[in-house]
Amino acid sequence: MIPSLLDSNLLTPADLVALAIVGPLLAAVGIAVFHRWPNLRETITLVAATGVAWVVWSLAPIVMAGGRPQLTIFEILPGVSFALKVEPLGMLFALVAGTLWLINSIYSIGYMRCNNEPRQTSFYICFAVAIAATLGLAFAQNLFTLFSFYEILTLSTYPLVTHKGTPAAMRAGRVYLLLLLGTSMVLLLPAILATYAFAGTLDFQAGGILSGKVSAAATGILLALYVFGIGKAAIMPFHAWLPNAMVAPTPVSALLHAVAVVKAGVFSILKVVVYVFGIDTVASSPAQPILIAVAMITLILASLIALRKDNLKARLAYSTVSQLAYIVLGALVATSVSVVGAGLHIATHAAGKITLFFCAGAIYLAHRKTEVSSLNGIGRLMPYTMTAFLIASMSLIGLPPLAGMWSKWLLLKGALDAQQLMVVAALMLSSLLSVAYLMPIVARAFFKPLPGFSDSSTPVQRKEAPWPCVFALLVTALLTCVLFFAADAITQLLDPIVSSSNLVTVPSDV
Amino acid sequence: MSAIELHLPALQVVLPLIGAMLAALTRSGRLAWAIALVVTWVTAANAVLLVIQVMNSGVPISYVLGGWSVPIGIEYRVDQLNVFVIALVALLGAVVLPYAKRSVAHEIRPELQYGFYTMYLLCLAGLFGMAITGDAFNAFVFLEVSSLSTYVMIALGRHRRALLASYQYLIMGTIGATFYVIGIGILYLITGTLNFADIASRLPEQMDAFGRPAMVALSFLTVGICLKLALFPLHVWLPNAYAYAPSVATALLAGTATKVAIYLLLRIFFSVFGIEISFRTIPIGQVLIVLSVAAMIIAAVIAVFEENTERMLAYSSVSQIGYITLGIALANQAGLTGGLTHIINHAIMKTTMFLALGAVVYRIGTSMLPNLAGIGRKMPLTMAAFVISGLGLVGVPGTAGFITKWYLVLGALEKGAWPLVAVIVASSLIAVVYVGRVVEVAYFKSPSAELADVKDPPLSMLLPILLLAAATLYFGFDTTWSAEWCAQIATDLLGGTS
Repeated sequence: MIPSLLDSNLLTPADLVALAIVGPLLAAVGIAVFHRWPNLRETITLVAATGVAWVVWSLAPIVMAGGRPQLTIFEILPGVSFALKVEPLGMLFALVAGTLWLINSIYSIGYMRCNNEPRQTSFYICFAVAIAATLGLAFAQNLFTLFSFYEILTLSTYPLVTHKGTPAAMRAGRVYLLLLLGTSMVLLLPAILATYAFAGTLDFQAGGILSGKVSAAATGILLALYVFGIGKAAIMPFHAWLPNAMVAPTPVSALLHAVAVVKAGVFSILKVVVYVFGIDTVASSPAQPILIAVAMITLILASLIALRKDNLKARLAYSTVSQLAYIVLGALVATSVSVVGAGLHIATHAAGKITLFFCAGAIYLAHRKTEVSSLNGIGRLMPYTMTAFLIASMSLIGLPPLAGMWSKWLLLKGALDAQQLMVVAALMLSSLLSVAYLMPIVARAFFKPLPGFSDSSTPVQRKEAPWPCVFALLVTALLTCVLFFAADAITQLLDPIVSSSNLVTVPSDV
Repeated sequence: MSAIELHLPALQVVLPLIGAMLAALTRSGRLAWAIALVVTWVTAANAVLLVIQVMNSGVPISYVLGGWSVPIGIEYRVDQLNVFVIALVALLGAVVLPYAKRSVAHEIRPELQYGFYTMYLLCLAGLFGMAITGDAFNAFVFLEVSSLSTYVMIALGRHRRALLASYQYLIMGTIGATFYVIGIGILYLITGTLNFADIASRLPEQMDAFGRPAMVALSFLTVGICLKLALFPLHVWLPNAYAYAPSVATALLAGTATKVAIYLLLRIFFSVFGIEISFRTIPIGQVLIVLSVAAMIIAAVIAVFEENTERMLAYSSVSQIGYITLGIALANQAGLTGGLTHIINHAIMKTTMFLALGAVVYRIGTSMLPNLAGIGRKMPLTMAAFVISGLGLVGVPGTAGFITKWYLVLGALEKGAWPLVAVIVASSLIAVVYVGRVVEVAYFKSPSAELADVKDPPLSMLLPILLLAAATLYFGFDTTWSAEWCAQIATDLLGGTS
């Protein structure tokens, strides 16, 4: 396995937790200092990303073994600390973000250089800060810490969305900022403060801090405030920021708007459901059916919109909206199986979707094509890229032997357990729709002739994107296969979050 | 206790007064600046000593001027509440002054510069006096000292419109002061004393006989003071005054003048009349809440449409003052803590922003929004400070503004006032828009050719800006000297101790 930094006894687990967040921040400073030397600057990014990956993988065995490294930085308000604590869900999210940052950094360097993007220094700085915020959010011990990193994540990704500086980018940036900051300040913050007022604490605790403390009606309202207030989960009608964010350079869309930012949203919802409400409270809440309905509408509607989008990145963005709704559904169905399935889907969708975006970026780099309708025969020019695209698509659809199958399986099983037949139907329908919006792209790429060629057998000169890009997308495509076999390890990691919640809610001495 | 320690309360006011006279005698801008620098830093140190003294003594310090005992003489009475305000004013006054040298040299004609520093010190003396005195009429005198010096400072602005702004403020300020003095006069007739503490102790027994005149007095005092603190809709003097005054004056006033007026309001509400009379007999609380809400929303919306960034910040101030008065009007522990904390938080954030704009004016001669295109890349540190403080206004976690918002929302929740929660968050959302407009122009537009050689201001201007921006972040994390102290003050105020 991975050699652990802990063996040397130089670092305690708590140090590692701090390092995961401080590391990228230091990298950001380093990038700013060495902005005149692009090679050195990129080395800093790579070193930091490797370091972060190492740190999160060193933490994983500890958490697997039941350890919960924690770190209280200071008390900021009475009873509210700025504190970190690694629990399984956060560990998984950190593993996903930390690992993919490394791969994405390799891709970014290829992409940004090949594309001669301006202002690369500020790009890498904001990226590093965004990763620090993501890891901080993953390791947050309470809602306050989570909220702080949530806002930092929004603010640090805003310059990335507006990176191009065109009027369109600025318009998109406005939508992005107003929707994400707006929902978080208008809905999420009052929800957090009301939670504090009701429960007297904001700490994440197994079994939930609100269970038994508030009326059913108040639980329902709070749950709704959380689900809509966490705008990063892109539940309709607060999803518009995500398609807008696609004006950003593709590495940003790939890691941040398919993995870090959006997963921060659904991760937060999962955390709130599991550790603030407790899954039993959510399952018995009067708001649950309504919110499930909203998530189902998002699921189906986003898939339908994806079907109609000709722009590849826009299609993938709507696909993300729909896939996020899977995770929200899993959280809201609130059985132990569905919650674990939702957690697993964070990882499996991340691997699949980042691959798809890598491919979209590679196609743009090599052939300046952005529309699906112009991709005829591109598979013959870029066989590696489009094979990766095929694999990732299949994973997203949920076909074996690829990762996406397991999370969908668990989500379906959870919905069946809870007798939520409508949810089952929606999940099935959505899978069909994902076939319909992804597979035609692959079919076009491999079976339609290239423009100017009469049939698809004439030999052509291959033209792939620069090697770092191809390398990165092949690695993530491979990951979707690896995760198919490693899914068991992830469910094992996640199991404690629901079993402990069961334990807590079993009346011990009636 | 050494002689100096005994006289700290008097020194707090006397030092800047003497400094002002010396500065007036110099007739030289540079010399006057040097005097002002020494005086402001000594008064800041004096204020810190005063804080320590109050903290150690545990009870309010009473200082009798000239040995004339109360109620015949004038008493300076220092407790947690006013030493908090004094320390804030003194520290801001000291931090701004190093910045003043170049900015004033750039914006004010050389032969008038010594006058500016004279007025600067006089204004500080007036503000300290207002805050420290335990005598209602003495407070009026100091109110006029600070106001008159403020009118002069505004009139020294680089635009001709500064004269009109100053005149406008003069009219409004005089009305406010007159209202205040009428209120004090009525209270004197009822209680026969001008000492705040004495009024407070004698008022309850007179309430049966003179209940109505006492309410009239309270109303006059409230309106008069609210004019000075620019509570919506009595704010009309403020935007022009802030926009056309010299940058240094604006930065000083935004951080201090309205804050001391707020202190006076707190003193009247909580110490003199007491929470029972102030909030239960007549619906001042409700009126204040309505006006605060109007300020928070309407002024913020106006700020969104301002092209002059200094006017934009001025309207933002009106909106932010609404937060403070809302906290006061909620009159519960969390709300009052939020309001008090925002006195310091807003003072720091707004001073930073005005100083940053002043630095922009120093470099490019204007602060109109379209002219700021690309300035973020030309003056990175200045604008970074501006953005950090702007995030503070929005109330992003990690900045001082978040702490305020936290307590205010808790205070509103405690009252069960969900609509107020909505107003607070809505107002901070509007702040995103007006701060965001500047950010978009400053960072995403290309700088024009005229800005080719523009860079961050000299260190003497840059350091105060960065220091205050750092303070915005610091008070977002460590609240020992902001929210925690304010929570204690709020407990005292609500407990009825004066």
